[in-house]
Amino acid sequence: MNTTSRTVNDRGAADGGGGPLSKQAMAAVVARDIPRGSVVNLGIGQPTLVADHLPADSGVVLHTENGMLHMGPAAKEGEVDPDLTNAGKVPVTELPGAAYFHHADSFAMMRGGHLDICVMGAFQVSAGGDLANWHTGAPDAIPAVGGAMDLAIGAKKVFVMMTLFTKTGAPKLVPECTYPLTGLRCVDRVYTDRAVFDVTPRGLRVTQTFGTTLDELAGRLDLPLLAPEA
Amino acid sequence: MTTLLCDHADEAVAGIEDGSTVLVGGFGMAGMPVDLIDALIRQGAEDLTVVSNNAGNGDTGLAALLAKGRVRKVICSFPRQADSWVFDDLYRAGRIELEVVPQGNLAERMRAAGAGIGAFFCPTGVGTLLTEGKETREIDGRTYVLEYPIKGDVALIGAHRADRMGNLVYRKTARNFGPVMATAATTVIAQVREIVETGDLDPETVVTPGIYVDRVVKEADRA
Repeated sequence: MNTTSRTVNDRGAADGGGGPLSKQAMAAVVARDIPRGSVVNLGIGQPTLVADHLPADSGVVLHTENGMLHMGPAAKEGEVDPDLTNAGKVPVTELPGAAYFHHADSFAMMRGGHLDICVMGAFQVSAGGDLANWHTGAPDAIPAVGGAMDLAIGAKKVFVMMTLFTKTGAPKLVPECTYPLTGLRCVDRVYTDRAVFDVTPRGLRVTQTFGTTLDELAGRLDLPLLAPEA
Repeated sequence: MTTLLCDHADEAVAGIEDGSTVLVGGFGMAGMPVDLIDALIRQGAEDLTVVSNNAGNGDTGLAALLAKGRVRKVICSFPRQADSWVFDDLYRAGRIELEVVPQGNLAERMRAAGAGIGAFFCPTGVGTLLTEGKETREIDGRTYVLEYPIKGDVALIGAHRADRMGNLVYRKTARNFGPVMATAATTVIAQVREIVETGDLDPETVVTPGIYVDRVVKEADRA
């Protein structure tokens, strides 16, 4: 375990102290909130880091949409099998209890409500839980959706993991998405480097902050924010 | 119906016509029927519609078929990748059509084609660009989109092992689209690593029954 994740696992140190979280620290915060024994799909990119922070005895079952349950960690040198990859086409390993299935079954599993949680990245999330993460809509952009739309409507809980602001400082948590949507009102919780937000029927509730305050966040986001529940 | 065992991939792809819709298995390189794609390039069919998860990687396989200008349209879920420069250039030059389909819909629309389903209502993509203009229906308080089958004239798939009846088994995540595509095309052509005698595959482990498979070829030994 590294120093960053130790800091974050200690709520007192993470809340209100220090600065924005690193990617690994965000992954540790997400991992801490995944109930034991959940069936989880981790999206390509940052969300795959969450696997590194799940306790060894978590009992969490990882699903990869190219057709596997009980996916193991990335393959080390000497373990690489070209027939065994994750959704990002990275060579992975299998754990005891693993099962393989074809693509239609894999997505039926998703749509049928058999996955507890998926964790995805995003360009934008709206206050109402709309998700935009597949296409920038730019005229020269080549659209590519993969399984994002299926996951957005299929998993019982959709967690988003992203930085709260773009590199130019624009908020990614917005009143309404300006990028093309992936799913309507599908996001349950947003993990960012500055705070964690629950999407509730009454609006966005801040449940944790990292090196910032509710007032400071409210000042930078063009959104009403609810305070953490006492 | 009997399955034809072919000596060479060229024999396996013989007769694929111009204008065909070709389902191509594989997810990345796992399950990609590289020998069959190379043979299709030599065979020369053009004006093809290719249905596959991706739109080619690097300069080989599907990317090479695209580079030869044989493909009119790609139906896929994820064309843009770090190494998809062949597709990217064709697309930006307006020389290839693209239909982006959510990955689960791509699989389910082929499953429907293979299962004799006329269309189905699916919740994926409601309210997004990818379902714009499609018929919707409210069922038990949830909105669904009407999706139609995708049927192939030909499917090119990779499997691990076949018997002489065309029964197929796959290996690990290389299974991906193979079993679905095998049901969804008029002519199904499988590239396998090994062909065993009939009776040598445990019937309990057969994933694609041989009735779906028209032609089988053993893949070339790789250096």
